[in-house]
Amino acid sequence: MSILGLYNQLDCFLILGAVLFALGVYGVLAQQSFIGMLIASELILVGAAVNFMAFNRFLAPDPVTGQVFTLFIMAVAAAEAAIGLSIIIAIYRHYHSIDAEDAVQLKG
Amino acid sequence: MIPLDTAPSIFSVNGVVGFVFLINIGITLLGAVAVAFSKKVIHAVAGLIVCFVGVAGLYFFLNSVFVSMMQILIYVGAVAITISFAVMLAAPEEKMASTRRGVIAGPLGIVSAIMLCISFSALSVGYTWQPLERINDGSMKSIGIELLTNYSMVFELISIVLLIAILGALVIARTRREDA
Repeated sequence: MSILGLYNQLDCFLILGAVLFALGVYGVLAQQSFIGMLIASELILVGAAVNFMAFNRFLAPDPVTGQVFTLFIMAVAAAEAAIGLSIIIAIYRHYHSIDAEDAVQLKG
Repeated sequence: MIPLDTAPSIFSVNGVVGFVFLINIGITLLGAVAVAFSKKVIHAVAGLIVCFVGVAGLYFFLNSVFVSMMQILIYVGAVAITISFAVMLAAPEEKMASTRRGVIAGPLGIVSAIMLCISFSALSVGYTWQPLERINDGSMKSIGIELLTNYSMVFELISIVLLIAILGALVIARTRREDA
């Protein structure tokens, strides 16, 4: 299989989804601010959606199912971003910082 | 439908398509790496936009123009813009002295991410997937019919979820009178 025919390979898309997922996990762990963590979690959701779309294109008997699922993933991600950003704004108003190390009021 | 089992040369039509696909993968991974490794939040937002455009191209290659358009419209047009507004409101660039990072953010995070990536990739490569027989074509028309027949309950529920999310965001982020 040549490298130019990769777009017909299911494995290529699955590995790409896994790479996106792993980069998202690393971003959630490594980012300093709450907004960075939220952005990296969007990356995790996109990795899952790429997997759904790949299986939908290559294997599924009904190719509508994966597309509908991806649309619902987008809607849930939009809701999650709205709620998360409003919580971040509230935290910023309270602590005057969005660094994850600064919100330590519940720390014993 | 893109035909399966081709090994094209670079000068044929399929070869050019494959070359564009490689560029697309590059764009996606570049954006994702920028999200994961950038120090400044605004660089992460820019990387997120680049990554989402690349993923929209991937959806285009997966025979789904509608979801590709929705990806650009919802993620790039709505989610990324909302995040960049939050970056502007919260002004996170004041102090970036990253000296307090623990072991989780450093080597442990990298090791766990690499292990996740390798294990998922091995799981997907090591199995021989059997395609099933198609029962419809997955066009935009059939998406619309399925959304309003088989998935109509989920369709209604997701609208309620979005409504409650908007109301909750307004309630949480509102400036209270005693604070102002």
